[in-house]
Amino acid sequence: MTSYPDVSRETFRLRMLIFDTRYRSLTIQVVALIAFMLLVAWIVSNTVQNLADLGKPIDFGFLTGAAQYDINQTLIEYTNRDSHLRAAFVGLLNTLLVAALGCTLATVLGVIIGVLRLSRNWLVARLMTVYVELFRNVPVLLWIVFFMAILIETLPPPNAFRGENATASMLLGDSVALTNRGFYIPEPLFSRSLGDISVFGAFDISLDLIAFLAVLAAGLWASARIRARADRIQNQTGLRPTTWYLRLGVVAVPVLIVLVALGFHLGYPELKGFNFRGGIYMRNSLIALWLALSFYTAAFIAEIVRGGILAISKGQTEAAAALGLRPNRIMSLVILPQALRVIIPPLISQYLNLTKNSSLAIAVGYMDITGTLGGITMGQTGRELECVLLMMAFYLAISLVISTAMNWYDARVRLVER
Amino acid sequence: MSGTHAHSAAFVRDRMIPQEPPPDRSIGALGWLRQNLFSSWLNAALTLVSLALIGALLAAVLPWVVHSSWTANSLSECREQIKAAYGPEESGACWAVIRERWSQLIFGFYPSEIYWRPILAFGTALGGLAPVLFPGVPRRALYLTAAAPFLVPWLLWGGTVWLPVAVAFGFVLGYAGFRVVAPWAGGILGAIAAGLVPVLWWLLLAGKAAGGLQEILPLGIEPVSSRNFGGFMLSITIGLTAITLSLPIGILLALGRQSRMFIVKVICVGVIEFVRGVPLITLLFVAWLLLNYFMPPNTNFDIILRVIIMVTLFASAYVAEVIRGGLAALPRGQYEAADALGLDYWKAQRLIVMPQALKISIPGIVSTFIGVFKDTTLVSIIGLLDPVGFSNSIRADVNWNGIVWELYGFIALMFFIFCFSMSRYSMYLERRLRTGHR
Amino acid sequence: MKKSVILGALTVAACAAGAAGAATLDDVKARGKLNCGTNTGLVGFAAPDANGDWQGFDVAVCRAVAAAVLGDSSAVEFVPTTGKTRFTALASGEIDMLVRNTTWTFSRDVDLKFTFVGVNYYDGQGFMVPKALGVSSAKELDGATVCIQTGTTTELNLADFFRVNNITYEPVPIETNEQAQQQYLAGACDVYTTDASGLAATRATFEDPTAHVVLPEIISKEPLGPLVRHGDDEWADIVRWTLNALIAAEEYGVTSANIDELAAAPTTNPEINRLLGTEGGLGEMLGLPADWAVKAIKAGGNYGELFEKYIGQNTPIGLARGLNAQWTDGGLMYAPPFR
Repeated sequence: MTSYPDVSRETFRLRMLIFDTRYRSLTIQVVALIAFMLLVAWIVSNTVQNLADLGKPIDFGFLTGAAQYDINQTLIEYTNRDSHLRAAFVGLLNTLLVAALGCTLATVLGVIIGVLRLSRNWLVARLMTVYVELFRNVPVLLWIVFFMAILIETLPPPNAFRGENATASMLLGDSVALTNRGFYIPEPLFSRSLGDISVFGAFDISLDLIAFLAVLAAGLWASARIRARADRIQNQTGLRPTTWYLRLGVVAVPVLIVLVALGFHLGYPELKGFNFRGGIYMRNSLIALWLALSFYTAAFIAEIVRGGILAISKGQTEAAAALGLRPNRIMSLVILPQALRVIIPPLISQYLNLTKNSSLAIAVGYMDITGTLGGITMGQTGRELECVLLMMAFYLAISLVISTAMNWYDARVRLVER
Repeated sequence: MSGTHAHSAAFVRDRMIPQEPPPDRSIGALGWLRQNLFSSWLNAALTLVSLALIGALLAAVLPWVVHSSWTANSLSECREQIKAAYGPEESGACWAVIRERWSQLIFGFYPSEIYWRPILAFGTALGGLAPVLFPGVPRRALYLTAAAPFLVPWLLWGGTVWLPVAVAFGFVLGYAGFRVVAPWAGGILGAIAAGLVPVLWWLLLAGKAAGGLQEILPLGIEPVSSRNFGGFMLSITIGLTAITLSLPIGILLALGRQSRMFIVKVICVGVIEFVRGVPLITLLFVAWLLLNYFMPPNTNFDIILRVIIMVTLFASAYVAEVIRGGLAALPRGQYEAADALGLDYWKAQRLIVMPQALKISIPGIVSTFIGVFKDTTLVSIIGLLDPVGFSNSIRADVNWNGIVWELYGFIALMFFIFCFSMSRYSMYLERRLRTGHR
Repeated sequence: MKKSVILGALTVAACAAGAAGAATLDDVKARGKLNCGTNTGLVGFAAPDANGDWQGFDVAVCRAVAAAVLGDSSAVEFVPTTGKTRFTALASGEIDMLVRNTTWTFSRDVDLKFTFVGVNYYDGQGFMVPKALGVSSAKELDGATVCIQTGTTTELNLADFFRVNNITYEPVPIETNEQAQQQYLAGACDVYTTDASGLAATRATFEDPTAHVVLPEIISKEPLGPLVRHGDDEWADIVRWTLNALIAAEEYGVTSANIDELAAAPTTNPEINRLLGTEGGLGEMLGLPADWAVKAIKAGGNYGELFEKYIGQNTPIGLARGLNAQWTDGGLMYAPPFR
């Protein structure tokens, strides 16, 4: 008690800012903050000065001007009279498309390869090791170019499908065409279509798709309820009612009804003029990028999966077996939940890497956001600073969303653990 | 009970029977095959599929690789040679392009008469790294490690010998500053002096001193502009610099992120998350397009240096995250034990925390390094002539227009060799450092 | 190894002295090297040979300027640039001049603030198709897949052309000429469009050039020329008149073979005398030695010689002079008078 007033009465001297640990951290922080802000201010003022000297002050007005160039793959309506902003948005959607496709395929491939690497089959295990080492140790840029070259050189051009003595033919009953310009697959069409709905006047969404998804979601929800009920009954009585036909029906029947009501049919690609027409056209730039990113990332995911499975001690398997669980139940109830906790965080950072690597699309001319906003728009308008800033903001937003999700997941599994 | 049981037995073997040889089907090549390749129907199917895959791949690639020309001077000559040698329908690899251009793919435009300099420089770098990487190397080699950061850039860029000497002198000054200031003003001011004096020296005096010394005693080698760097030499220069610089910066960033000082922490988290959140290619755009805007008007520094800065920043953020993982994996007891011993922050970090945290992080750090080295290929997108960029320039030569696979194949092979040996090294290190922690 | 970046910075600072100052000429002289932006590789116009020396029609302009300013045609640092990086390189002072088949357009001149000093090649965008396609006019290309190089005016011209003719197309944007060539040859696109010179150069390297035709339509004007930054008129003059000297030399019959003889003493033609510095003080007005044009011409020859050497009929590229003939032969090459 007596020492307290002493401390408070101790007069503050300047040297305490450095030598007294109570104040030192404050000093360091203030100095760091000032230094950091000075650095930022210096950079900003230099930039403003330099741009003013060049006669192009920072101005995002160019985004509303007409883009004047065409983009081949557009998920929303776009013509060369539309603005640079819309072109950037088209690119953004293309980035998201290839990232989503890539993450899906990379996961599937990665899991298969990771499991096969642990196979007791000597040849298969070795082969998978070779695969992993080969893909991990060669730059992804080279893989992208490789895959593009393979597609271009090995597949037939549309010309080869033409005429009496065509050298190539379509697959699966003339519904799929693999050409060196890309793959043509059947597209879903609706003869009694509900039409489109315009969102914010900016782009259209098909009402058919919305109806289909809504019915599907409702079906899945009902199915989940049935399952929950079965679980409850099992918990109470120990007997699980057979529900698979009910669950299947609840999902499938309404969906089928909707499809029939809308007049669902497939539109097949047909060779007309220079190219195939109709069907969904997946350009080879998309496919090359998609495959290269997936195969490359799959090598990393395989290692993660392998590590995750190896991280579960053998005792877990044995303990589960001692409880009388069957092998597949051991996998789904004991091993996987624990392995997933190890696997998911690095897996998500691989998804993040894949998304960022998709910016190499420029090497094969896939028009992602780096190709539109950071490519042609930047080249035509000469607004480097604005374009690069926008691109960075976009990628940052994606990674922040994903890492927030990752932290949320991390926190969730932690709670389960302790 | 057991005794009576034994007595009532009709037959008791009183001798071991000799071991039977295992059945033929489970030993030798056949047994190995059964066990490893055909143990079940599924495995047999997998084996056959794999064999078919390997066979198809080899059948497609091998003839092309073998039916090749090493001597032609242009692609058309190549095609003629291959047709003459292997028949008119054959197509083969034209490795002649590698023969003619391999020195460019390795050294870029570096003057050919002084190729020994980059070779010696990378040899020095390896020699400097050796005592750090391998325990068997004599400790005296650490002198080379200390000299390498000055020797390597001097060998690569050339110029007067006094410049690296002047820069190295800055470190001597810093040390001297610490020894002079610390005794009468305490460790903190000493550390500040040790940081400030060399920076002032480098910024204000080092250039002049080097110039002066050069006039008094001209000692130097021919300067080489970094525009002449290209090919794998460029990749290695960028990669090696970024890798060596990113480790200390990454450690500082990781410590800052773990720090209890709020503002320092926020700044570090901001930098790390920003750099990790954007693709390297946008950072390279910044290096090429914007970094000059960030500097005072009329300064202009070398593009390769700008690229190195951005790649270093990129690598540092990733290294920082890996080290943060290592720090987080250390048991709290280690920190508390360090506190209990009365060690201050830096001593605790240096003696207790970092050695353990770094050890845990090594596989992650090495894989970050491999990633950075691979990512140096991205500089071709901003027009630098790394191997990938150079392959485009070579194809712009009338003689080699239209050549694709040979160049990419060669580049991929070289990258594979570099990266594969790095990942093998990391595995070796993991084994060596596994001191029974888990 | 922590501070080696500073070392690197200091080392290279010596090589890359600030170049964005107002007086480019002084900078170049002080540096002893001309920084010239060029292509990362374009057949006939710029490519490094096996010895690492850059060769090509654009490169020759750089060499001529270096010879005029520094007296040494090899005192050039070539900075390879892509379609994306070229303008920034010039604006930031990274390079002193840019010769990278860059089209002279209003917005580049006015909005991006560059000075185009002249035209070293009059080009226009054309189309190349395989003969087997049976197409004789670009207007028959409805629905075709078209390979284009990105980051150029080409894609804007293309969009305009198809829009005006009300036909559709499928653009395949490609980063480099080599990749475009690969895709076109494999049939991944029906048409390859770029500057007509590029088409001819590309076609020349095919295994069977006769299987491909360049369509008659030229859909754009592409005056390609060297450019410098706004705001340094003295430097712009030097580059402009070096280019003009090459063109004028051809007109007056001054070649690398007879130049020594012509420059040794004043000839009967005062125009040649002024060009070669044996009369008048044109070099001095530019701030260069009197024999600046002699050195520029000796660097590789006059305009006609350069054309024949790198892209003319006798090279694999085999371009005809066409619009790029001297005005006296019905072309557009017209050097203003040297007086």
